[in-house]
Amino acid sequence: MIKFSDEKLKKVDEIIARYPEGKSKSAIIPILHLAQEEFGGWLSPETMDYVATILKIEPIEVYEVATFYSMYNLKPVGRYMFEVCQTGPCMISGSDNIIDYIKKTLGINVGETTPDGLFTLKTVECLGACGYAPMMQLGKHFREHLTPEKVDQIIEECRRTAAANN
Amino acid sequence: MGKLLLLEKAKVEGIRGYDVYRREGGYASVEKALKNMTPDQVTEEVKKSGLRGRGGAGFPTGMKWSFLAKPEGVPRHLVCNADESEPGTFKDRYLMEFLPHLLIEGLIVSSYALGSKATYIYIRGEYAWIPDILETAIEEARANGWLGKNILGTGFDCEIYVHRGAGAYICGEETALIESLEGKRGNPRIKPPFPAVKGVWDRPTVVNNVETLAAVVPIINMGGDEYAKIGVGKSTGTKLLSACGNINKPGVYEIDMTISVEEFIYSDEYCGGIAGGKRLKACIPGGSSVPILPANLLLKTAKGETRMMNYESLSDGGFAKGSMMGSGGFIVLDEDQCIVKNTYTLARFYRHESCGQCSPCREGTGWMEKILKKIDMGQGKKSDIDLLWDIQRKIEGNTICPLGDAAAWPVAAAIRHFRDEFQWHIDNPEECLVRNYGLAHYADPLKLAEPA
Repeated sequence: MIKFSDEKLKKVDEIIARYPEGKSKSAIIPILHLAQEEFGGWLSPETMDYVATILKIEPIEVYEVATFYSMYNLKPVGRYMFEVCQTGPCMISGSDNIIDYIKKTLGINVGETTPDGLFTLKTVECLGACGYAPMMQLGKHFREHLTPEKVDQIIEECRRTAAANN
Repeated sequence: MGKLLLLEKAKVEGIRGYDVYRREGGYASVEKALKNMTPDQVTEEVKKSGLRGRGGAGFPTGMKWSFLAKPEGVPRHLVCNADESEPGTFKDRYLMEFLPHLLIEGLIVSSYALGSKATYIYIRGEYAWIPDILETAIEEARANGWLGKNILGTGFDCEIYVHRGAGAYICGEETALIESLEGKRGNPRIKPPFPAVKGVWDRPTVVNNVETLAAVVPIINMGGDEYAKIGVGKSTGTKLLSACGNINKPGVYEIDMTISVEEFIYSDEYCGGIAGGKRLKACIPGGSSVPILPANLLLKTAKGETRMMNYESLSDGGFAKGSMMGSGGFIVLDEDQCIVKNTYTLARFYRHESCGQCSPCREGTGWMEKILKKIDMGQGKKSDIDLLWDIQRKIEGNTICPLGDAAAWPVAAAIRHFRDEFQWHIDNPEECLVRNYGLAHYADPLKLAEPA
């Protein structure tokens, strides 16, 4: 059985309180974000069912939402997910080369995770960083003006952080 | 340099924090509006200003506000659309990241005008670090008496909440945004009823873009009439442009809509010219949905006049010979870029973002993506260009929301202006894999129609 910590449950109450009484379903998107962060970086059926019980709605209502929005992972992902933008403005600024470089360096294709479970490569559509292209999202932040050297540094940085936290 | 109304203080050190923002004159518009004006008078100033929605559609903001239904005893809501997701557009991100208090100030004044006691900022999920910045600003505003109960002793109560989305371009469409705010899939609603009558939780709702709401601050400070004097014609005030692509200085710029497109691209004050000393091939001047123009038709209108950076001039010539101001996402392509590839990535974007409700959009965007990919990979057939044209025509106007149009227009414009480049790909399937079509004739002087 999964369960939010007391601290997170307080956060859940705070989120629900943003919306008018009786409209707690509005909290579903922020709470799914919280659940994804908390329970392994993806939304398992168990996690989604748990969110449904918190909001007192049917599980199908959670599945409907979770399958619509691109930021929810419905399968396990690596600890670090490289979400590289490939839409027009990034493409004309060289995102294809960056994607190829990451594939080669990590030895994985788009949509795959490295065997050590550290990295997942995903291509995404426009993230609103067109002037700072090529770019990727890594967790909460954007990494912009990417070059092969910068990609190397980011990979190294992730490996170091992972080692330090193990 | 033109007058800056929004970004004037963007470079002031510490402007993200309340104390510096206040010291620099921040929150004066809240004092002015709440103490000396009625809500209707605030709306009247916005009407007089001629402000047009900065999210892309360009609808007059004051008019939108005046449509808001005000039934007795039913709460109303203002929702700030910060779902900025149109490829090429990153101006709202800049405003929120560097001038969060400007948005909060605009939201308080606008909430007062509309009678919204609970106002929401719907921000795209990928801007994951910005809600913290906004929430800090909201806390600071509340601590200083600009939010909460009985603001400035006027009896007006207001709270602002940040609601983070989870990745869906469609949620920038106002009824999809409302559905999403209600905790559902972002499927646009059929209008009517319009949000002004039945919006979020079936309550009257106004949805406005970030930049639009920030612009309310200078409008109230200087007065609607003064604001309307800046700019030209129906393009009043200033507009934020986010410039990207093959230019020397990508970034966010504020213009007063009296400069030419050529000046915007080549002047050092703005884009600083084409990167690497290359030549300009094409440009999408208002976000990925608006028609792409070849260099010659971008810099001059079909009548041979200088094209200006404003709503009217950019759309001069209609869709056949013009484009749109749109969201201000200015995407520049140099001579080495491939129009087919660019159009393919945009078609892929719209297929990915189609919510799937309407079959012309759900099916059509997929077809367009596949055909464009084939052409790009040197596997196109002679009939493909006409097929693409036929598909986009069948999407446009046949969907609940404008995403269908937004997906159709880039394909239509690319074929309209760059048909020979598409043809070249089909006729030269091997060569197109190793080199681009290049600049061709796209920067040649326009052949002007003989005067009648």
